[in-house]
Amino acid sequence: MSAVRAIIARDLRLGARQGGLGTAIGFLLALIVLVPLSLGPDLALLSRIAPGIMWLGLLLAVLLTSEQIFQQDFEDGSLDLMTMTATPFELIVLAKAFSHWITVSLPLAVLAPPLGLMLNINIAQVPMIWVAMILGSFALSMLAAIGGAVTAGLRRGSLLVSLVILPLYVPVLIFGIAASTSGLAPETALPSFLVLLAITLVTLVISPLASAAALKAYLR
Amino acid sequence: MRLVAKDICCERGGRLIFESLNFTVEQGELLELRGANGAGKSSLLRLIAGLNETSSGSLSFQDTPSEISVNENSHYIGHAEANKSALTLRQNLSFWAAFLGTGNVERGLAAFDLTDIADDQARLLSSGQKHRLSLARLATIERTLWLLDEPTVGLDQNSTGKLNDLLKSHMDNGGMAIVATHTDLGIKAKKHLTLKARA
Repeated sequence: MSAVRAIIARDLRLGARQGGLGTAIGFLLALIVLVPLSLGPDLALLSRIAPGIMWLGLLLAVLLTSEQIFQQDFEDGSLDLMTMTATPFELIVLAKAFSHWITVSLPLAVLAPPLGLMLNINIAQVPMIWVAMILGSFALSMLAAIGGAVTAGLRRGSLLVSLVILPLYVPVLIFGIAASTSGLAPETALPSFLVLLAITLVTLVISPLASAAALKAYLR
Repeated sequence: MRLVAKDICCERGGRLIFESLNFTVEQGELLELRGANGAGKSSLLRLIAGLNETSSGSLSFQDTPSEISVNENSHYIGHAEANKSALTLRQNLSFWAAFLGTGNVERGLAAFDLTDIADDQARLLSSGQKHRLSLARLATIERTLWLLDEPTVGLDQNSTGKLNDLLKSHMDNGGMAIVATHTDLGIKAKKHLTLKARA
């Protein structure tokens, strides 16, 4: 476990220094500011599509940073050394995906609902969106790790990341939005929340296995 | 305890690089790898480190009290530095020490005269200093087998001397090392292995 702790501590420190979060926030902000300008002054329409726009922003912003998860460690040889321990490689990969969640996806998920106020979102909806986004963002990071791993050894892998990851993002998007907008009564939102939770747990299991397999194929 | 390689062969990208290679390394022994560029020195080191797969043969520690895996007890220092330029030297070494369990960071820094610049960011280092920072892992974290890929490239005379001292004390303490090199190391290697480039 000391290996896992060491990776998380290092990646949090690197994340704070290198500012991948800045790019992602800039993207999210640009989207949320530009949408009302492009749609015109229809407040009712805006508040109806607001949750969808926020989810799209979150999803694409996370996608934008997925390449960073493994690329540097792959290029500077750190990943090589990380295979030379008794710690299972899957656990190491999971630690890196978790760090990505803490440094990028979680701050985005926390920040997006307040930004949604610019889209005339119904304030009563905000807590629900918050919970759904924080839950969903974990799944997004886990899936982003798969994309990052599959393209770690490629120059200009971003196109491929989108192709690989977008289909996997669809369920998160559908149930995330369903959970965010299914009325304000908790009992109607519950089924969607449970499915979102299930998706998140599935990605927690699948992502380390898939990412580790992809990275090992590159390292050989 | 000794490292025994039996009949190992290496294939990269469908091309056979070497085959039926046999050697043993005893405790306190240094095996010097020689051979032209492309003869497979780096491939062999990566293979021992578990980074490439052998398609045949076996590679293991023998005469050990319990089974010990080779790659978990090796240091591999290749051409990639495996250090982060945004972190300080001390943070880089501390990370590897924490990642691999234990280690003495101050000893590692001192072994290659890096103590004075330990709190500078690694991006400020010259390429030789970066290489010294990678080599400092050897002194920081104790592992039995050292796999060094052209360790003296880019080092000044003083640092080469330090590396030789480090290798000497490692051998005296019963360690093993396999070193790929084109120049003469300061210490006399008992064993040589020359890989022939295939046409």
